[in-house]
Parts: sequence; C-alpha cells; structure tokens
Amino acid sequence: MLRPRHAFPMLALIATLAASPAMAAVDTAAVVNNYADIVHANYEDALIKAKALQTAVEGLIAQPSKESLEVARQAWLAAREPYGQTEAFRFYGGPIDDAKDVEGRLNSWPLDEAYIDAVKGKPNSGLINNAKAPLNIERLIKLNAKGGEANVSTGYHAIEFLLWGQDFNPKGAGDRSYTDFVDGQGKNADRRRQYLKLVTDQVVADLDYLAGQWKADADNYRSAFLKDKPEANLRKMLTGMAILSSAELAGERMQVALDNQDQEDEHSCFSDNTHRDIVNNALGIRNVLMGEYKRVDGSVVKGPSIKDLVAEKNNALADKLALDFNASVQAAESIQAPFDQEIIGKKDAPGRKRVSATIGALKKQTQTLVEAARALGIKKLSVDLPK
Amino acid sequence: MNRVFWAVISATAVLGLVTGATQIDWTKPEPDEELSGGATTVHETNRRAFSLPAANMNLDRRADFAVGHAFFNMPWVEAPSSTQARDGLGPHFIGRSCTACHSSDGRAAPPEAGEQPMGLLFRLSIPGKGPHGEPKPEPTYGGQFNNQAIDGVKPEGLIEISYQPVPDKFPDGEAYTLLKPTYQFTELGYGPMHSKTQFSPRIAQQVIGLGLLEAIPEKDILSRADPADRDNDGVSGRANYVWNAITQRKSLGRFGWKANTPSVAHQTAGAANGDIGITSRHFPAEECMPSQKDCHQAPRGGKPEINDKNMASLVFYTQTLAVPARRDVDSPQVLRGKQLFHQAQCAACHVPQHTTGLVKGLPELSKQTIRPFTDLLLHDMGEGLADNRPDFEADGREWRTPPLWGIGLFQSVNGHTRYLHDGRARNVSEAILWHGGEATKAQQAYLNMPKIDREALVAFLNSL
Repeated sequence: MLRPRHAFPMLALIATLAASPAMAAVDTAAVVNNYADIVHANYEDALIKAKALQTAVEGLIAQPSKESLEVARQAWLAAREPYGQTEAFRFYGGPIDDAKDVEGRLNSWPLDEAYIDAVKGKPNSGLINNAKAPLNIERLIKLNAKGGEANVSTGYHAIEFLLWGQDFNPKGAGDRSYTDFVDGQGKNADRRRQYLKLVTDQVVADLDYLAGQWKADADNYRSAFLKDKPEANLRKMLTGMAILSSAELAGERMQVALDNQDQEDEHSCFSDNTHRDIVNNALGIRNVLMGEYKRVDGSVVKGPSIKDLVAEKNNALADKLALDFNASVQAAESIQAPFDQEIIGKKDAPGRKRVSATIGALKKQTQTLVEAARALGIKKLSVDLPK
Repeated sequence: MNRVFWAVISATAVLGLVTGATQIDWTKPEPDEELSGGATTVHETNRRAFSLPAANMNLDRRADFAVGHAFFNMPWVEAPSSTQARDGLGPHFIGRSCTACHSSDGRAAPPEAGEQPMGLLFRLSIPGKGPHGEPKPEPTYGGQFNNQAIDGVKPEGLIEISYQPVPDKFPDGEAYTLLKPTYQFTELGYGPMHSKTQFSPRIAQQVIGLGLLEAIPEKDILSRADPADRDNDGVSGRANYVWNAITQRKSLGRFGWKANTPSVAHQTAGAANGDIGITSRHFPAEECMPSQKDCHQAPRGGKPEINDKNMASLVFYTQTLAVPARRDVDSPQVLRGKQLFHQAQCAACHVPQHTTGLVKGLPELSKQTIRPFTDLLLHDMGEGLADNRPDFEADGREWRTPPLWGIGLFQSVNGHTRYLHDGRARNVSEAILWHGGEATKAQQAYLNMPKIDREALVAFLNSL
C-alpha cells in the first residue's frame, strides 16, 4: 500500500531535478566570479577577526592578567574559524602561496617551541630568551622556517604557543601563566610581550594584503585572475579543493597523527583547537563546491557554483558531490576535543574510529570531485586518478 | 685493420644519429612530449610543483605518501626529549630536517653573503680508498664537514665562500661573467685537517622523479657506457660502481652528483644519517671520528633513531614525488631550441627519453616512458668544474649527467636559478658555459650560436 502512494511524488521530484538545468545554463565565468567574491569575503572575515585578536593582545600586553589572557585566547580561537575555511584557496599558486610564501608566514606548523621561547627543561631557549638578539618583524620573517619548516617564528601558531604554552595536560590545552608577561615575574617578559605584538601585527598585515589581492575593481591578483580563461580558473579551484581534501587534511593533518599517535602531529596542539581546524577546512572545501559562504556577521555570499556546473552535465553526480561533501563536514564535526586524546588507543577506540571515518569521507569526496572534474572536461588535475 | 673497423662503426653510428635525428619533426612537439614522467606527470607550475605524488597514485597510497611527506618536513630535535619519535638530532649535523636543504622538495642555492651554507655540503677525504672502494675519510673530520652541532658538542667549523668574477664574451660580442668559487674551512672545531685533504662541494638536488630514475633498467644505462669512446664522438660515459649499504654489495651508482649512491633507499637513509645525524637499521651509527670525544659522549635518541616503518614511508615518498609536465612544448622558440639541443650534441649525455622497467610494489612507476634528459653516467667535465676528488670509480674531473627535468621550475619552487654541483651558475646559460671536457664541443656550439639561437636553446631548457 505504501509504495504506490510514494511513487507519484518521487517521479515529480525527479522530473523537477531533470528540468532545472535546461531552464538556465550555468556560465563558468559566473561561477569563477562568485568564487572570487567568496574568497574576498572569507579573507576579509579572517582580517576582521585578526584585528579583534590584535586588540585583545594589546589588552593583554597593557595589563597582563588571567582575564586579559583569557580574552586573547578566545579572540585567537574566533580568528581561526574564518581562516581555516580560507585554506581551500591554497595549492594553486594564488596570493596565499606564491613565491612570497605568505602561507608559510601565517600558518606554519608543526612548530619547534624551543625556537621561540623557553620550554620544559630548557629555560633559556628561543629567540625571546636570547636577549642579545634584536626583536623586529623583518628579522622574525627572515628567521621563519630558516633551517627547516618547523623553525617557525611567526603566524597563528607562534601566537598560539605564546598564549597557551606547551600542552602537558591530557584533558585540555596548555596553560601558560599570565605572569610570563609580567615584568619581574616572567623571565624576559618584556621581550615576550614585544614578540607577541610583532607576530600578531604581522598576521593582520598579511591578511590585509590577502584581502586586498582579492578585492573587486582593483589592480590586483583578482583582476589578473579574472582575465584568465574561466576553465583554467575552474581547474585552480578544483586543485585547491582536492589537495586540501586529500593530501593536506586527510593525509598530513589526520593520517599522520593517527599513525604516530603523537601530540606533535596535531595542528593546533597548544590550544587543543585541532578539531575546529578540521571542521573549518572541510567547510571551506564545501563552500567552494556550493558557491556559498556564511560570513562572520551571519550574512551569506551566494552565487552560481561548481555543483551547478556539474549538475548540467550529470545531475546524479552533482547530488553525489553534495552528499559526500556534507558527509565529510558531519564526520569532522563528530571528532571530539582534545584531538591528541582522540588519536590514542587501539584500532577500535571510539576516537580513532571517528578520525578514521573522517579520513574515509574526505577520500570519498576527493574521488567524487575527480569524477566531477572529468565530467567538466578538466583532465590534468594534479590529483588525477587512474581510470 | 682495427682502425678501419672502428671507422666503419663510427660512421654507422654517425649515420644512425643523423637518420635518427631526421625522424624528429622539429616543427611540432612529439606525442606526449610534455609528459616528462609519463603517467606519473603532474601539471602544477607553482611553489608546490615538486611536492606532489605521482599523478597515477590511488588515494590509499596517497595517505602513505602524506606520512612520508610529514617525515620529510619534520624537524628532528635533540635527545632526550618528550617527543620520542623524533629525537636524535646530531651530534653533528647540517640541517634538522630533509626539507632544510631540499626546501619544497626542490633545489638548494649557495648561501647568501655572510651566511653559513645549509643546502651545500662538503665531502671530505684523503687519497686512498676504504674497504668498500669508497673515498678514505679525512682522519679528524670524517667523510663530510658538519657545520652544526647539538648543545655541548662542537660544530666542525665554518665555511667561507668567495666568488671571483671571470668576465668573457660570446664571439658576437655579448658579454657574460662567470663566478669562480673558492672555499675555505675556518674555525675548525677539532684542530687542523690532514694536509692532503680533498673536498667536494655538493648542492642539494630536487627530489622529483627519483623512483623513475631507479626504475630505468641497468642494462639500458650500461648500453650507453662507452668508456674508451669507441664511437669516437668525444663522449665516453662511464658507470660508477659503489657500495650499497642496504644490500651489502657493490651496485651501479645512479644518484648524487658523482653517481656515488646506488638506490633511493640508500640515499635517503644515508642523508638522514650524514646530514641530520639520524641512525637507522642500515646506518646504525653517526660518524664521530676517534678524536671527537664530545660527539661520542653526546646523548642518542634510541637504537635506531628512526624505525623501519617510518624510514620506509620516507623512502616511498622520495620514490614517488612526481615530475611536473613541461611547459610551452609547442612554442616555435622552444621547438627550435630542442632542435639546437640535439644538433649541438647535448643529447649525447642528456639522453632525453627512457622506458622504466617493472618495479615490484610500485606499479605507478612501472613501464613508463619518461624524459629525464640524463644517461646517469659519469663524464669528464673538464678542469673548470673538476673537484679533484675521486668518489668510488669517478675521478676528480668526472660528474654524473644530472637529469634536467624540472630545471625550468627552480624559480617558481625555490625562488632562484642557481645550477651545477655547487650552485655557481646563476642561470642556465652560465651552466652551459661552464661545460668542458667531453662537453667542450657542445659548449663551443652554444658559444658560437647567434643570439637568437642561444635564446631558443635556453628557452627549451627552461621548458623542462
């Protein structure tokens, strides 16, 4: 009895879906243009939240206290939300990762704490405690990743280490005392304050640069980008999504941590915010697919999308894309904090299963994305897979 | 009798070359010419162009690749440390991670003025050979100069580099200046070096396509060796036979500036040991010379410091880093440059194309038509480039033909255009001009080309 009752609405639904592509052809150039709008809005949000962090850091420096430190920590966590989503705009040599290496300056990890400040057992280590060395941003930038990518001197994770300190707490994040910033209590407190201010200001400056490069109606990267063939840009968009999804997020940020079961392999290891890094990366990838980005003020940037383009060629594939991408975000959201505890244990430990499931979902979505790229006639995707 | 016989052979060889050459249609690219790594080829040209896995690798194996990538980038820290999986740096070392020298999996450059080298290392020896035919280590400093050390251990010293400008002109009047380097070891940590010390500067090379080079059948490489120059083309080509620490026997050398390393596994474990100070199954001890007491007494990070599983993922990673596709293969200038490359006999050593064999466990790399532009053999490169330091069977004037794939992307990946074994050449043209010895004819051909042809040849090389 139930079957016939369902048959009619189902058919109607299929008919509607099949009819929609014919109604309005999707223009690749419009998809690319909407992408540029989303990239700009996302970097602008990252900038807004970084400026809020800057204000909080200035508050901490002016008056170090338990409260002002906590305000700065909360501001850092809030700043990571939009930034994590921008990572879908990497991996094709755009302003974030061209020869200037702004990405390396902003978001390098893992980080050798002893390169910046004292660590357990080494009270005199780091640039902060080398009182003879001058502290200025030019020097810190030059020192960033000097002698190896972990010699990180700048960016979000340098700030994170200064706000939280090393994480020896299995149940939560690191807990640096605010007294590290108080003269007469923390060793080289003046230099620590100065260092924190320098690197925070640089994050703001770098995000200001990135937002500027994607601003509409200016002589910048965006204007050059939009002059390129829409198909070439489509390839860049897909490359960024696919590499973040597979090699970076599923691979380096999760598989490595799962294999090693080592806290050093988690992205935001001082603040225990890695679970949010993962969710925001997955969201960022989905934003590009759907051509839709929810801004920090709650407004939405929305327009023609890659999914629409795929739907024109193959409706079922477009639906599969949406399903897979939603599944990845959901799987990522199920991972619990702290991530360093989530990865520990036997194969069937619930945390490890949640991380594994997210890796599986990301691989699946990458596979579907590669199929979609083929459907769109893009053959030379660097994450191309054997047929 | 003999002479006539060889004359016939060489005439046939020349004829063969000519007829071979006429089969190439210089007006358009060959099919798939842009696919330098066959089906493994990737198509990025940005900073990550050297950091991608073989394009034909499936997603499960990509996860293994990512683990290797993490280890390649991971900094080693001094033992003892809370992070046991990654402690054991030094006692002496050059860099803290693989990527310290092979930044973005790419090519290193000489240090800027006033800085100590990192991606440029110095091999040391004295005349004579060790038990496996290897160069005899310098008695106080060993086989390599390590200018960094952990807390409580003396660095071996500093390196001073100076460049003497050597101005000259092309026959058409255009001026150029080569930089002739001089190296000096200073502030030696353990006293003076042996009076007969020989040294060889070596720049860190791009890590791409190594598994493909390893997959070229040995007989194909040896078939090109012509140590007595029997074809009389002025180009000999000798195989180096070197010690393989993994198989514990002598093998054909393929990697390194003097083909002094037999395999990717040996190269990876050897570099981890020599350059970072990390012990592994086949390299169980760091090189601490008898008089370096602080080196012997320094804390270690376990036995070995990197386990088999992690070493295997590092080797898998270095074997499967993909080669990027060529650019502009259909540009008339690049096509003209390709023709000149062949006519000037550059291809006699920089052999454009090979086919890989079947590689157990690496289906991605098997039976691929690849275009590395090397014969993997040793050639006398003349006095100007000589390091005057033998390395296994390579003499002090011989160098291995380096693969040319990827050389046009150093600027995008590493932000410089430094070439040759010590990075002395500041661009492709200077690199060609340094060629001597067996490559003199090719170098002379370049020197005498009209400017428009020189530019075409350089454009071709930059398209690789």
